Amino acid sequence: MADIAHGTNPARPLPGDTSAAYLALVRRRRLYGGIILLVFALAMISGFRLAEDRNAGGFLNGLPLVLDFPSEVLSEAWDKRANLPGLILRHLPSLVETLNIAAVSTLLGGMAAMVLALLSTRGLARWPRLTGLFRRLMDGARAIPEIVIALVLIYILGGGPVPAAVAIAIHTAGALGKLFSEVAENADLKPVEGLQSVGASWMQRMWLGVVPQVAPNWLSYALLRFEINVRASAILGFVGAGGIGYDLKIAMQWGQGRYDLVVAIFLLLFLTIVAIDRLSDHARNRLVKG
Amino acid sequence: MTGMTASPPPLFPPVADTVIARFRRRRMLSFAVPLAILAYLLYAAMAFDVAGLAARAKMDNAKVLLADFWSHKTHVTRDNRSGRLTVAIEGEAKGLYPQGRLPGWVTVAGEVTTIDLGGGHVVTYDAAGARYAVPDYGIIDIRPQGDRLVLTTPEGALPDWINASDRRVSVTTAGGRFAYTRSKVETFRYAAGWPAFFFTPDSPFFGKSWTQLAGLALWGERLDPSRPNVAAMASGFLNNAMWQHGAVFWAMFETILMAFLGTFGAAILALPLGFMAARNMMPFGALRFGLRRVFDFIRGVDGLIWTIVLARAFGPGPMTGALAMLLTDTGSFGKMFSEALENIDEKQVEGVRSTGADSLQRARFGVIPQVMPVLLSQVLYFLESNTRSATVIGAIVGGGIGLMLTQAIQTQKDWEDVAWYIVLIVLMVMAMDSLSGWLRRKLIRGS
Repeated sequence: MADIAHGTNPARPLPGDTSAAYLALVRRRRLYGGIILLVFALAMISGFRLAEDRNAGGFLNGLPLVLDFPSEVLSEAWDKRANLPGLILRHLPSLVETLNIAAVSTLLGGMAAMVLALLSTRGLARWPRLTGLFRRLMDGARAIPEIVIALVLIYILGGGPVPAAVAIAIHTAGALGKLFSEVAENADLKPVEGLQSVGASWMQRMWLGVVPQVAPNWLSYALLRFEINVRASAILGFVGAGGIGYDLKIAMQWGQGRYDLVVAIFLLLFLTIVAIDRLSDHARNRLVKG
Repeated sequence: MTGMTASPPPLFPPVADTVIARFRRRRMLSFAVPLAILAYLLYAAMAFDVAGLAARAKMDNAKVLLADFWSHKTHVTRDNRSGRLTVAIEGEAKGLYPQGRLPGWVTVAGEVTTIDLGGGHVVTYDAAGARYAVPDYGIIDIRPQGDRLVLTTPEGALPDWINASDRRVSVTTAGGRFAYTRSKVETFRYAAGWPAFFFTPDSPFFGKSWTQLAGLALWGERLDPSRPNVAAMASGFLNNAMWQHGAVFWAMFETILMAFLGTFGAAILALPLGFMAARNMMPFGALRFGLRRVFDFIRGVDGLIWTIVLARAFGPGPMTGALAMLLTDTGSFGKMFSEALENIDEKQVEGVRSTGADSLQRARFGVIPQVMPVLLSQVLYFLESNTRSATVIGAIVGGGIGLMLTQAIQTQKDWEDVAWYIVLIVLMVMAMDSLSGWLRRKLIRGS
């Protein structure tokens, strides 16, 4: 720093050169950024046109129609608004089924994820050589979309909540396992070493040394997953796995004349999702911030 | 310390009591929580009727499915009226072996066709009927006489794997299946692998080994004089009538396209909206509040409903799927972006402001560089999870690999296709996962 006071130094570029070099650098960076942006924009535009080509209706033709269906549904439902409370009550059991699917799959998947995460975390693993194997297992479970397992199981077991619960649980085990393992990696190892020094088994070390440390974060991730799983179980219902999604599909198939039913189911689903969102947001804030 | 042990401290009992009470509560809790979970799972098992599941499960379906996952069957059929013999993979017209190029285990000599099922099982069709030689049992002989079939088997009661009536005789053994009716006689031969995966039997490349194929591709004589062997192979593979690889790859591309358009479209839309919904960027409280509620509404309505609504307006197809994803993610991104913008370091904005920058310049040079890595990494996380959602949404709006998968499952016979699609989907999601991870590392470290 003190060199600057000595004036021109032949080994250093002159101030003018520095600013020129800097400007050239900036220009080059801007050029690269511009090229990337251009390529990206071209990809977006051509991709969109391609997708539009393969679609049954065009974008601009469909745009004015977007609100037609909702307004048609809503106006019919408004005329029959007296039916709504009764319909909502009648479909509560389906909603409970959807929530049960989500809860069971989060619980089972979460328990599997706990084991998988501990087995695949460096420093904690029961069999350190096998961490890679358990990681691949989680990657695989995470990569399989729920719909694949659900549809195959529906073929074998018939429609109902069990295929959906199994399908979501498998995906949950993979997704939560990865997050759980990231949390466990940052756990303090001192309690584990302390337990080891008094001869605790692996199970005891994990249960008493690691789990209490990571429990708040794990619970918070599990709650977030539950939120996602409620949505997933509604969607799986739409392809035949029971619950409120299935009711919605049937109501849609009846179409005009039964739009009050569609709105009732939609209201149920919407209110549930918003309520769960809020509750889990609140609970997660309390968990993580103490 | 020594004094302590001599007489118990009189002052502490209340503290000790609360500690012990807390421990007791803790211990109760550590039993109560697992018990509650167990009780809930028991309730759920009853609600889902898990006990009745065993009765409802169709294990035959599972058997068919698992067999198709790794093996195939070849039908050898003779029309008893015309005497025409066809050999076809899975009995499909697309898997038909051309005459003169039958597989090695079928030999035709005049009117006699011999089918070697392996392990000593041999089926023979001849002019008078058909014979099936079963090892350790004997010869099952079938002759049609007038209107009925005459079955001759070795001495003893008919075993349960032979099912015989006047009109139909069927035999199921470890070697394969055999059925004789007045109109036709059919034998199924089971074998591992998917023989028509690369080329259908009518292709000149069918049944060649890898080395033979490599030889043909590199220096072999042109099988089709109009084009090189490599081109013929590529077109034979992509236009394979049974597996339709070209269409499948296109569907995969469509799925990725949906995810790409949905994710980045939503990000572009949500960026300005996020600015408008951030407390430190937007002075008008009412607009901010309104935007937040819009984000909540979009997220609350859920992708499923948006998909249905948009499918009504735009018709089925990949664009509808992309738009549904775009809309849903705009809600999520809007919320996440505005939260990220509220957590920025104000000092950098101050610094830019001190040079006389207007609000747009402050946003460009003071805010964007700070939040870009956070926003980009969120967007890239979504890109990966949207690839998976695009499969499901594709199944609902009718586009991409999701549609092919549901169609293959609904026909309930092409399980080998289902297995192949599952493999492809898993590979696709894993590839997108590593791509998004690589980009995240690259972009965040780079900027």
